[in-house]
Amino acid sequence: MMGGMPIGDDDLHGYVDKRLPPERMAAVETYIATHPDAAAQVLQYQEQRQALRSALQHKYDEPVPVRLRVAGIQTERRRRWRRSLGRIAASGLWLLIGAAGGWIANEELTAGRTAPVTAASPSPVNEIAQEALAAHRIYTAEVRHPVEVDVTQEKHLVEWLSKRLARPLRVPDLSAQGYQLMGGRLLPASAGPAAQLMYDDGTGRRLTVYLTAEDGGETSFRYVHDKELGGFYWRDAGFGYAVLGQADRRDLLATAEAIYRQTGDAMPVSGR
Amino acid sequence: MSEMAALIEPHIPALRRYAFALIRDDASADDLVQDCLERAVSRWRLRRGGDVRAWLFTILHNLFVSQHRQTLRRGSHRTLEDVEHETGIPSGQEHAVIHRDMLRALAALPEEQQSVLLLIGVEDLSYAEAAGIVGVPVGTIMSRLSRARNRLRRLLDGDLKNEERPTTLRRIK
Repeated sequence: MMGGMPIGDDDLHGYVDKRLPPERMAAVETYIATHPDAAAQVLQYQEQRQALRSALQHKYDEPVPVRLRVAGIQTERRRRWRRSLGRIAASGLWLLIGAAGGWIANEELTAGRTAPVTAASPSPVNEIAQEALAAHRIYTAEVRHPVEVDVTQEKHLVEWLSKRLARPLRVPDLSAQGYQLMGGRLLPASAGPAAQLMYDDGTGRRLTVYLTAEDGGETSFRYVHDKELGGFYWRDAGFGYAVLGQADRRDLLATAEAIYRQTGDAMPVSGR
Repeated sequence: MSEMAALIEPHIPALRRYAFALIRDDASADDLVQDCLERAVSRWRLRRGGDVRAWLFTILHNLFVSQHRQTLRRGSHRTLEDVEHETGIPSGQEHAVIHRDMLRALAALPEEQQSVLLLIGVEDLSYAEAAGIVGVPVGTIMSRLSRARNRLRRLLDGDLKNEERPTTLRRIK
């Protein structure tokens, strides 16, 4: 009757939450009939579970406020979209002016034979991780402005960031890992400009790839984590990289390896 | 009503309950749910099949982690006294005191344990769904659940008197 694995703590929780297959439910039932300690434990878990549900029931029963109705949210989105069309037209002009200015400035600055934006001394790799973590936390929390240039202008994004980091940047394709590019932004880092590329997995879980211009030698992957956020950082082929997300270490490593494979080979090409 | 609205709206009371249980402030919890719904509406077409409820909870949880953790880090968290005023339970209700004690004890658990306890014990999500929402393996969910239930019991029994104010101590880095 009681065949199979011995009953453990996980089984008691599974029993309380009614998540065990029928035969295992029956096995636990039989077990607690002869083990008063386990029976008391189960009863206590059940009471606690019920008490927590009761304590929150009033919130579930409340009428949903109008601002949380889906129809209202859709209307508001359309209204915002129409309003922002005007702004997009205006900002397009500013982008042109800015790009022209940046182009001229760059021509001026690189006219002498000095190499542009060489990271003066290779920054300690750990600094990249810290700055990437901070940037991840700031910009992934943004609902409306997560990126500066979005994926619809990917070509422009690549050219712009490559120009500012003074080396051809390649945007990794992480669709095999379940992430789609949202866009990117330029950031100040202690050693010069840095780029942040943001990806999304369709559920709002975001991943960022952080790049700085680094002329030091190649390093191996190093793991960094802070609370639920984890990632890997390394240096390779003229860039310092950090990839960060809320995923487990194995998935993050697979993502880091995918980036390494896509960016490290031969002479990188601008764009894709 | 659109098909999207018909599929999303039945879950809004549960989303509000989860957000409230984690934040314990009515307005901030609804702000979080609103952000979640905006994101859900804008990404409806990117949804890869599957269960709408688990998908909505994943969005909500991710938003909570990225937005609310920052607030906590800045130190604008509440003390247990504040929590007491904010539990939103109508006074005079028969079990009001018991409910308030329960929510205070919940608030004293580490955030990651609160999430697991709520997703599984209150929202009736499976262990696998909870693992997907929080982004950790099922084994981690099981150990968090076990720790959460045992710690909650000790808190309610008053065994952890010296941890009476964990919300103020724990979150200062």
